[in-house]
Amino acid sequence: MLRFSCPVCGLRDETEFTYGGDATLVRPAHDDTNADHWHDYVFLRDNPRGAHREYWHHVQGCRQWLVVERDTLTHAIGLVALARESRP
Amino acid sequence: MARYSVFSLAAKALGGHRSWSRAWRDPVPKPAYDVIIVGGGGHGLATAYYLAKEHGIRNVAVIEKGWLGGGNTGRNTTIVRSNYMMPGNTMFYERSVRLWEQLSQDLNFNVMFSQRGQFNLCHSPASLDAARRRGNIMRANGIDAEMLDRAEVMRRLPYIDYSERARFPILGAVFQARAGTARHDAVAWGFARAADRLGVDIIQQCEVTGFLRENGAVVGVETSRGPIRAGKVGLAVAGHSGHLAARAGLRLPIESHVLQAYVSEPLAPMIDTVISYGAAHFYISQSDKGGLVLGGDIDGYNTYAQRGGLPIVEHTLGSAVALIPSLSRLRVVRQWGGVMDMSMDGSPFISRTPIDGLYINGGWCYGGFKATPASGWCYAWTLAKDEPHPDNAEFTLDRFRHGYQIDEKGAGPTPNAH
Ligand SMILES: Cc1cc2nc3c(=O)[nH]c(=O)nc-3n(C[C@H](O)[C@H](O)[C@H](O)COP(=O)(O)OP(=O)(O)OC[C@H]3O[C@@H](n4cnc5c(N)ncnc54)[C@H](O)[C@@H]3O)c2cc1C
Ligand SMILES: [Zn+2]
Repeated sequence: MLRFSCPVCGLRDETEFTYGGDATLVRPAHDDTNADHWHDYVFLRDNPRGAHREYWHHVQGCRQWLVVERDTLTHAIGLVALARESRP
Repeated sequence: MARYSVFSLAAKALGGHRSWSRAWRDPVPKPAYDVIIVGGGGHGLATAYYLAKEHGIRNVAVIEKGWLGGGNTGRNTTIVRSNYMMPGNTMFYERSVRLWEQLSQDLNFNVMFSQRGQFNLCHSPASLDAARRRGNIMRANGIDAEMLDRAEVMRRLPYIDYSERARFPILGAVFQARAGTARHDAVAWGFARAADRLGVDIIQQCEVTGFLRENGAVVGVETSRGPIRAGKVGLAVAGHSGHLAARAGLRLPIESHVLQAYVSEPLAPMIDTVISYGAAHFYISQSDKGGLVLGGDIDGYNTYAQRGGLPIVEHTLGSAVALIPSLSRLRVVRQWGGVMDMSMDGSPFISRTPIDGLYINGGWCYGGFKATPASGWCYAWTLAKDEPHPDNAEFTLDRFRHGYQIDEKGAGPTPNAH
């Protein structure tokens, strides 16, 4: 069981959250017509074995989107922050 | 190395089984090969076997960082079926089932392929319609599929909960009689032994850590036992595709996720088929040793750790009891996890990469064990001829660039939803 320290709710179980994937991806600008940029954003991932910044939605808590630093090999959790307050 | 037969078995038995020779060699890596396959799971070993057998390319090495079958080949729930309906998948998986049907004879190794059939249960009129559509597509392609109504499912699977209290009603099923299970380790061992007999070097305890490059092209691999050159390098590292491709500077349409499996204490024969419980995404069969083999969802977040968390244990075992209440007092004796490539459309890649000399076989998600023979067969073709066979022509790495997805579930580019 992963447990996250939600900045709003405190330490909570993984089962209250849904996963939102890689938080380092930067969405191309709306008027960007370069198909490669959109392809890379939608479909390609770094998928690192190690440090990973990822989104989790505290959907059964405060309903805030969080950015979590988690190691994909050890599952050790580092910083947890509100997504709206952190840059990708 | 001698052929296995009833006579060799009898002769060795008389000698107290002391004179069996090893099943494959343990060679020292040569400085160079025509083809290097990275990953000694079922797919890598099958690829090497078919390269040698079908294409006469025998100067081949399979390089495995651990031991054969220590990856997902030896960790999966062994379900084999060909009930896919998207163009690109349908005939590929059917090729695989046809190869499975001959595999023990072909390899001279009993892979214990048991065509015990597979039920996909339907729980609503909509899921019955979807199952009928899938079944019709299969039949139109010459693949066996049968629609069973509720009464027939009740007759064949009497231990399921059909009462008013059942978590989901069971309205019927789509059934594939030629589906079944196989002995997972035997698949790795059988392909390894057969490939070795054709001259393939199988090198264990040797990790590929990077690639040798010349003018941009891949011309070999860096390993924990030194550099080895190759005309072509083919990745077949299952859940580690993303990690290894990054060493070549490639980003893939893949996330690595963990899937768990469970085995119960042995029971007398009870479940003589494979059952998939669509509503809860749960599947169950019984091994020849009597243990029930259970599986469910992936844990759902990126991971390379070969272990899963407790929420999925609860989900899977809860599904088991919801479907078959008589299992409620059964004990689970083993649980484990395997790291899988979850691709952006739930379908695999058997393809060239943008880098000359580097090829990829990956993105198998939940379903690569059944694919093992066809995957090896098609990957060998692709490596030998530098072009895909029609059966893997759609499994390209760049299909998303052309707006093409082979998405059986229609879940979109969300790897954990496939
Ligand atoms: C719990 C679970 C249940 C599953 N159930 C089913 C099922 O019922 N039916 C089905 O069809 N599929 C199932 N699958 C999927 C299936 O197991 C996989 O898709 C398939 O085994 C992958 O093929 P492989 O044989 O190439 O994998 P693996 O056996 O994992 O082979 C890859 C090998 O590459 C090696 N490797 C990795 N990195 C390196 C490196 N850098 N250098 C050298 N070697 C390296 C690994 O050690 C490993 O041995 C399941 C998977 C899991 C985890
Ligand atoms: Zn919260």
